[in-house]
Amino acid sequence: MFDGPEPIYLQIAQQIRAQVLSGDLAEEEQVMSTTQYATTFRINPATAAKAFAGLVDEGVLYKRRGVGMFVATGARERLLAEHREHYFADVLGPALVQADLLGIPAADIVDHVLGRSTTPRTPSYPEA
Amino acid sequence: MTTAPFGAELRDVVVRYGRKDTERALDGVTLSIRPGTITGLLGRNGAGKTTLAALLAAFRRPTSGSVLVGPAGGPLDDPFENPWVMMHTQLVRESGDVWGDSKACDTLDYYADLRPDWDADLAGRLLDELEVDVRKSPDALSRGKRSALGAVIGLASRAPLTIFDEVYLGMDAPSRYAFYDALVADYTEHPRTILLSSHLIDEVERLFEDVVVIDRGRVLLAEPAEDVRGRGVSLTGPADTIEPFVAGHQVLARQHLGPTSQVTLFGELDAAQRAAATQAGLEIGAVPLQDLFVHLTRKSSDLKEDAR
Repeated sequence: MFDGPEPIYLQIAQQIRAQVLSGDLAEEEQVMSTTQYATTFRINPATAAKAFAGLVDEGVLYKRRGVGMFVATGARERLLAEHREHYFADVLGPALVQADLLGIPAADIVDHVLGRSTTPRTPSYPEA
Repeated sequence: MTTAPFGAELRDVVVRYGRKDTERALDGVTLSIRPGTITGLLGRNGAGKTTLAALLAAFRRPTSGSVLVGPAGGPLDDPFENPWVMMHTQLVRESGDVWGDSKACDTLDYYADLRPDWDADLAGRLLDELEVDVRKSPDALSRGKRSALGAVIGLASRAPLTIFDEVYLGMDAPSRYAFYDALVADYTEHPRTILLSSHLIDEVERLFEDVVVIDRGRVLLAEPAEDVRGRGVSLTGPADTIEPFVAGHQVLARQHLGPTSQVTLFGELDAAQRAAATQAGLEIGAVPLQDLFVHLTRKSSDLKEDAR
């Protein structure tokens, strides 16, 4: 957990965003406290606090004084919009570059997406 | 906790030892320990970690320079023969600082009297969890159990400055993880300043808010752990593509695997350089703290060899 090249607090924030996106964390649901997070993942509490502070600034979480952190209403919708915006550039773009490199024709990709591909679900292309 | 976490300042500290005082354990150390942080103290064997810890805990005095310790926001004092500062500082050394030949519970009673913030419940819980038999004398305990006893003393003291100097020696992995868990949990509830030296960098690096690296009696690095993580960058790709990005950076390591090279750089790439490197087909990677540490401390010793 948290082995990526980015700073740990960014990785924590990313993980929580992902949980909100997938619905694992519902809106108005309480998230783990800084203390719980730090002890669960054996990290410095200041690192966890920095991640949460960032998410509060972004409007993903909000703080209820004396109670804890909660997922903000509308957070999922906003995250969905942001991620949709970046999907083509960040996710599909590199996949298509890889397809070019492997010499997979665009028609094959379209067929696969539309589910009318004749190749198995995990297509194996003959080595060139 | 009634006393605020302690901070510490060292200025131009030199500690000489040996015949005619020609050897230097610390050689001009200037350093701040931020109050309320868990600070990692990293260094190779003989780098000066233990001497630094002994100075902070007032077990010894520097040959020259100043050591100041005290509560956050308050005046810092020379800790040496300063009863109030010493009472609030707990150093746990490899030796354990225990009475080896009397029951472990006698040592625990001693620390309970000595440390104003001692928590006997916490001590009891941790001793149970780490399965330390307090009716035995430390001499009769295994290396790992003796270390666990030291770890418990350090945590239960709740001292505003707590120093763990390689406390993990001989502790098995489950015991070490139990110690880390207890450390994080208790620190979160009772904030204090904790200085932790360890060679098991991979295990403890995420516990650190600040990191101090010393080598041959000098401070190589003292900054937030997050900054240290950003200090190193590795580039992987065709050798001639990499070279333009290397210029102006200190190279920590260079590996060649056929036509592919991996260069580990000390320093950051800015956003434009990162984009350009990615564009050129290079893979940008992080350098784990442990690797950075190995490179940094090897580099400085190599330089010394060269200078001879």
